[in-house]
Amino acid sequence: MLMVPALMLAALPIVGTPSTWLTLTVAGLAMGMIIFLMASGLTLVFGLMDVLNFGHGLFIALGAYIATSVAVSSGLGSVAQAMVLAMLAAGLLGIVFERLIVRPVYGQHLKQILITMGGMIIGEELIKVIWGPLQIALPPPPMLQGSLIIAEAAIEKYRLLAVVVGLAVFLLQWWVLSQTRIGLLIRAGVQDREMVEALGYRIGRLFVGVFAAGSALAGLGGVMWGLYQQNVVPQIGTQVNVLIFIVIIIGGLGSTAGALIGALLVGLVANYTGYLLPKLALFSNLALMALILMWRPYGLYALAKP
Amino acid sequence: MLSRVLSYDLPRSAPLALLLALTALGLLAAPFLFPGVKALGVAAKILVFIVLAASFDLLLGYTGIVSFAHTMFFGIGAYGIAIASLRMGAGWDALALGALAALGLSLTLALLIGIVSLRVRAIFFAMITLAVAAAFQTLASQFSELTGGEDGLSFRVPALLTSATRLLPDPVLGVNIDGRILCYYLLLAVSTALFLILLRVVNSPFGRVLQAIRDNEFRAEAIGYRVVVFRTLSSLISALFATLAGMMLAIWLRYNGPDTSLSFEIMMDVLLMVVIGGMGTLYGAVLGAAVFMVAQAYLQDLLRVLAQATEAAPMLAALFSPDRWLLWMGLLFVCSVYFFPNGIVGELRRIAHQPITLRSR
Repeated sequence: MLMVPALMLAALPIVGTPSTWLTLTVAGLAMGMIIFLMASGLTLVFGLMDVLNFGHGLFIALGAYIATSVAVSSGLGSVAQAMVLAMLAAGLLGIVFERLIVRPVYGQHLKQILITMGGMIIGEELIKVIWGPLQIALPPPPMLQGSLIIAEAAIEKYRLLAVVVGLAVFLLQWWVLSQTRIGLLIRAGVQDREMVEALGYRIGRLFVGVFAAGSALAGLGGVMWGLYQQNVVPQIGTQVNVLIFIVIIIGGLGSTAGALIGALLVGLVANYTGYLLPKLALFSNLALMALILMWRPYGLYALAKP
Repeated sequence: MLSRVLSYDLPRSAPLALLLALTALGLLAAPFLFPGVKALGVAAKILVFIVLAASFDLLLGYTGIVSFAHTMFFGIGAYGIAIASLRMGAGWDALALGALAALGLSLTLALLIGIVSLRVRAIFFAMITLAVAAAFQTLASQFSELTGGEDGLSFRVPALLTSATRLLPDPVLGVNIDGRILCYYLLLAVSTALFLILLRVVNSPFGRVLQAIRDNEFRAEAIGYRVVVFRTLSSLISALFATLAGMMLAIWLRYNGPDTSLSFEIMMDVLLMVVIGGMGTLYGAVLGAAVFMVAQAYLQDLLRVLAQATEAAPMLAALFSPDRWLLWMGLLFVCSVYFFPNGIVGELRRIAHQPITLRSR
């Protein structure tokens, strides 16, 4: 858990000026929180049902594209509207996706990877059919454009919002997982699915719920990621998928806390290297993942059974 | 004799043997049976993709691990030839140097990926290869002074392999025997050799261990085989053959760009070929590559016709647009994983052996 502040502190002398450092750190945290939104669903689904969903990026893409259809640039209200719509649509699609694509191949990793990847391709092509294959601009509303000057550091308003929304979702998720009965069952299911079933709970239904919730979160993350990038391309799902995989491998498959730390580390490292060594920014995440796997082969917080 | 060449791994089904023989004959006589630039191009691509799909099957079908970086190695091979030929001029030395450099790079990358990901869980391999392949693709388009970026590289190959070289003064069976035909037969020879070597590999004791790991990793480890070592070796061999396939493609096309060798679409094509043909049977790679390439070359025309026919309904027309080819491929892929997980070869063998399987139940 101390790795995130440690990384932030370690970057301070390397970056040099404190104001630049603050800008980069906030940007990194914002990026990390958005990635966490998208990754948390995937990691829970894997932990609970041992399903590795390569089609997760589809829900992200759907969210981002719904944001382009709702006129988000007009104000905060429409951003909220886009978020709700994206969560609903992605959640529904998640239920359909689970039923059609994932359910027939439970317990067969190889087929899961192949089939969910196929589902992802089909979804991406359908997005191209509906919204067209070209890039669509997605500027945030005027209220969120521009930056605040805090202690000589320019901080984009939108990034602050991203941190706030991300934190809110994390706290809500933490509350559900640790304080409610459903959360208790989910955590128990991640630890030992058969035992929970033996105690008479229908883990199948629970799983559909988690899958839908995870997809909805991915949709929300898609809206935020689209606004963060300020444009949307059909390949957004595949691109973000890669980031998310890195995050959940770093964090340990099945662990929400791990996903949070992994996401923050990835966000921070991406922003620091983007500033210091732009040429290497591409590989910073891969290098980070390789280092962590060397040190902890199962990820930082491996909860699910290896 | 034939049995020995095929490493005693016979088709074990009369219709399958017939199909394979037809494919082999078709490829052997392609320049004479199907004259024309497009048909010969399709045949050459089949030769290249037989090697690519077979090497992917070594990973997917025989070792049971999914890699999404297979086209990365394919691309490395193609870029190796392209860059070397462009920098040093057309010549055999350029081809050799490009080949060596590409093979070295592929082996290093495959080893690194294997060490990082296969040590823990095979499932990491799928995710990490996806990440590495995506990074490599971006890298290739960023270093445009070396790789030509999105435009790719056009280069020249030794004059012996171009259509300007006449090898025989008179046409044979109405076909001019030029360097292009020689190049085709060169590819045919290389492709056959590589395929037979792969067949030898999967039927060796080493190949048996791979299959044991696929079927029961825990048990293989318990018998005393180092699972990590075998998986890593398998991914190394597979990367090596993919690189060779990439070189074949580059030499044939005399062009290389991200869309011809590196794109994710090609990864999808290879997956589809292996699944359609039948995972875990190298013959499946041959049939899969042949069926797929012919379909790709001629079905896109069909889609174009369909798109024109449905012009009245813009939504339908958009679905049938030739650019949405991948959509139909994806659907086909999902359906074939569901309904024919054993592919053409698996189904044919099942029919051929039905009485035996019934008895064993």
